[in-house]
Amino acid sequence: MSGDGVGASARRVGGYGRVTGHQEYLADITLTDMLHVKLVTLDCARARIISIDKTAAEQVSGVRLIMTAEDLPHPMPRFGPQFQDRPVLATGETKYHGEPIAAVAAETKDAAEAAAKLVRVDHEVLVDGVFSVSRALDPTAPLVQDPDLRPDDPLANTNILREHHFGWGDVDSQEADLVVENTYEFPMVTHFAIEPHGFMAAPDGDGIAIWSTIQHPYLLQKTIAKLLDLPLAKVRVFAPDPGGAFGGKQNPKLEPLVAYMSLRTGRPVRLILTLDETFQAVRRASTEIRVRTGLNSDGTLVFEDFESNFLIGAYVDIADRVVTKGNYLAAGPYRVPAVRIIARGILSHTTPSTAFRGFGIPQVTWARESNLDEGARALGIDRLEIRLRNLAEQGEEFVPGDTPADGDWQQAVRRAAELLGWDEPLPAGRGRGIALGLKSGPTTGLSYSTVRLLGDGSVLIYSGTSDMGQGARTVFAQIASQELGVPLDRISVIMGDSTVVPYDQQTSASRSSVLMGTAVLRACQDIQAKVRTMAARLDGVDESEVSVEKGMVYLPGREATVTETLVTGLGPLGGELVGNGEMRKDKDLEHPLGGSALFFEFNATAVELEVDPGTGEITITKHMTVSDVGLAMNPLQVTGQDEGAAIMGLGHTLMEHYIFDEEGRIRNLGAIDYRIPTSLDLPLELRSDSIENADGPGPYGVKGISEGALLAVSPAVGSAVTEATGLIIRDLPLTPQRVWEAMMERV
Amino acid sequence: MRDTLSIEVKVNGIDRSIEVPVHHTLLDVLREEVGLTGTKECCVVGECGACTVIVDGRPINSCLMLAVEVDGAEVTTVEGLAAEDGRLNPLQEAFLDKGAPQCGFCIPGQLMSAQALLDKKPNPTVDDVHEGLAGNLCRCAGYQQITAAVLAAAEVERQ
Repeated sequence: MSGDGVGASARRVGGYGRVTGHQEYLADITLTDMLHVKLVTLDCARARIISIDKTAAEQVSGVRLIMTAEDLPHPMPRFGPQFQDRPVLATGETKYHGEPIAAVAAETKDAAEAAAKLVRVDHEVLVDGVFSVSRALDPTAPLVQDPDLRPDDPLANTNILREHHFGWGDVDSQEADLVVENTYEFPMVTHFAIEPHGFMAAPDGDGIAIWSTIQHPYLLQKTIAKLLDLPLAKVRVFAPDPGGAFGGKQNPKLEPLVAYMSLRTGRPVRLILTLDETFQAVRRASTEIRVRTGLNSDGTLVFEDFESNFLIGAYVDIADRVVTKGNYLAAGPYRVPAVRIIARGILSHTTPSTAFRGFGIPQVTWARESNLDEGARALGIDRLEIRLRNLAEQGEEFVPGDTPADGDWQQAVRRAAELLGWDEPLPAGRGRGIALGLKSGPTTGLSYSTVRLLGDGSVLIYSGTSDMGQGARTVFAQIASQELGVPLDRISVIMGDSTVVPYDQQTSASRSSVLMGTAVLRACQDIQAKVRTMAARLDGVDESEVSVEKGMVYLPGREATVTETLVTGLGPLGGELVGNGEMRKDKDLEHPLGGSALFFEFNATAVELEVDPGTGEITITKHMTVSDVGLAMNPLQVTGQDEGAAIMGLGHTLMEHYIFDEEGRIRNLGAIDYRIPTSLDLPLELRSDSIENADGPGPYGVKGISEGALLAVSPAVGSAVTEATGLIIRDLPLTPQRVWEAMMERV
Repeated sequence: MRDTLSIEVKVNGIDRSIEVPVHHTLLDVLREEVGLTGTKECCVVGECGACTVIVDGRPINSCLMLAVEVDGAEVTTVEGLAAEDGRLNPLQEAFLDKGAPQCGFCIPGQLMSAQALLDKKPNPTVDDVHEGLAGNLCRCAGYQQITAAVLAAAEVERQ
């Protein structure tokens, strides 16, 4: 569909800047009189800091500040979105490879880098670090977190942060014809946004201004206000469009450090991480998940029993939420009479894990779907058939007490199978797999938007969402275009300045089209109501005789555009109409997650592949991904997000993982040794398709979409490898080496 | 040893005389001295392609070339693709039509590699495009849209 309204594959709003080099990302902004910051780190994971000698570093010309823990308030200020455990700088002990110990601010980048190398940190490497689940749970292992940071916590003297229990029915009393039990591992992988994280801070009158590549500018504002004891109104956050984020840029990391450095020097300071430092800043939780699946001989699921260990790193960031939200839906989109889930977040001396596209679901999906396939094989049931047999029907409350299945998921599964040619004869040497992924959308939400219809009929939309590539600007502009009848080239979307744009809770969980989209829609409807009043006044008729719809005003005996009505109605002084919109989903304290799913992201992924018997290399010949999107507001953008998620899923399935040495150092920092998919790693055929039944809770029936196509890639590929080779591999990634070794072991 | 050297370089058609620190890369100098920030910095080891520019007709990773090496050369950055009045070239138009930019951070590099490819090979195949742009990482993984855009631009240029 062409055009500018909802459903059109309109060009990206903000696209012009992106193809001309004029789009301003954080590192493209310079501030007058700015100092450059370089971090001081150690090349080991866990160390006791004995002393820090700044003498040599201070001699470097241009150095203005060397900040250490000593220079910060005591006790060390700590922060975090869930637990206030992350220090501004390491104090006493480093907890992971690359944890900042000090930071140098200098007049030039060269001077900061030179001085950072000269800061002498006398330290003792503590070799008994915790880098694995088994070591973390060993009673002789050191505690990653100081128990004093966890007062009143019965687990404070363990490395278990929290142990969560979910489920329904009684697993132990169920009788199954077949029980399949296995453990599946998922590696540590990193977001690798092409834009490295960046932070700036500057004194701003009697407050402070912060620039960050962050996804959640309002959370950052709260964090800084609390640390510096400032009112929100005195903390101005600039959040330029992130150059990719994927969850890694959700929560504050080094903004407090640059804030303190800026206040100390009285000058703007800027810290742009290297890619290597970004690897040390964010990652996905690695997992070991044991799953017992009970099945009847006809393939009906009887029970699912999970014991799920997430290795979350040294500080919690948002990882406990990843553990709960990821595991709560561990049983997936199926009708299962009894489910038991024990899920642990386990601290370790590794980079703090955080949100990453899929939010814990890719890990549990790898385990659940792979185990289901083992059951299907043992029972001699087709892997597509076993899924269809157990899949929840639309409207079915498949997780007791939560949102019922909100889509025709059968349709998506059948479509994926059809696109792949599931029923067609399998070419020699190939294997196929199909897997289903399900993720809860947001469980709470709060978004405000203001829309201004200016005197010439052009439009400004204010939204606190971060457009990090998902295309939020475009979608919001399309909503306004649809409602106010204004072409996209007369609409601007304003984001990224907390003093200008009203509050948005966060940009995560594929929420923005639904939550902020509704706020924008309501702001447009607010304007429509004012246009209606205006039109009634102009024609001297009662408001009840006027209606406004899709940019048109319908009056007794005539119709006019919104713009015509506006221009006449505003009169010689001009002016504008302002509309406000709000969308909220409140907390539900009775719910284990604090709220039911606003919507589900459902995806079916089907692949066909071949495995090189000589090298173990996997070639994906076909990759079909079908998501239930409710409605594609911009099909071109939906396809881009879907294909991108699918390819990112192939990354952790086939090639990506951190490699550690015995002292917890990441040995493959940076782009040379950590491989992500390139244009030469694509499936020979990759197609995405959308199921659109307009049954979502957002404007026009939309649901969130940006994570679905990643959720089920691993088990679909794993299952296909098994069909092609007979091998069952329960550890990712399926690198040529791992596959080849498995083939050799069999020989 | 001297800390800086003066170089003469033509950037996007404009002759410039720049005093550059000898250890600074072309990327540093483009972004910091010339003020052209369209060229992006990511891995600085020549693996991600975000900093790709065209030097004397060849696509290069500007993070791997010292600025002094471009003395006497002609450099084109992403800012040099559109006409002076802001009119986009066919490749840029195709990128927008096909939805190639998502977050957009890799796009300047993708465009420069694609432009260099089309300059050399006006009728590329899908494999040519995949090969030609293999050094440009896109974590949004919009590879199929990028490829479609390059092929569409080639088609427009043929007409």
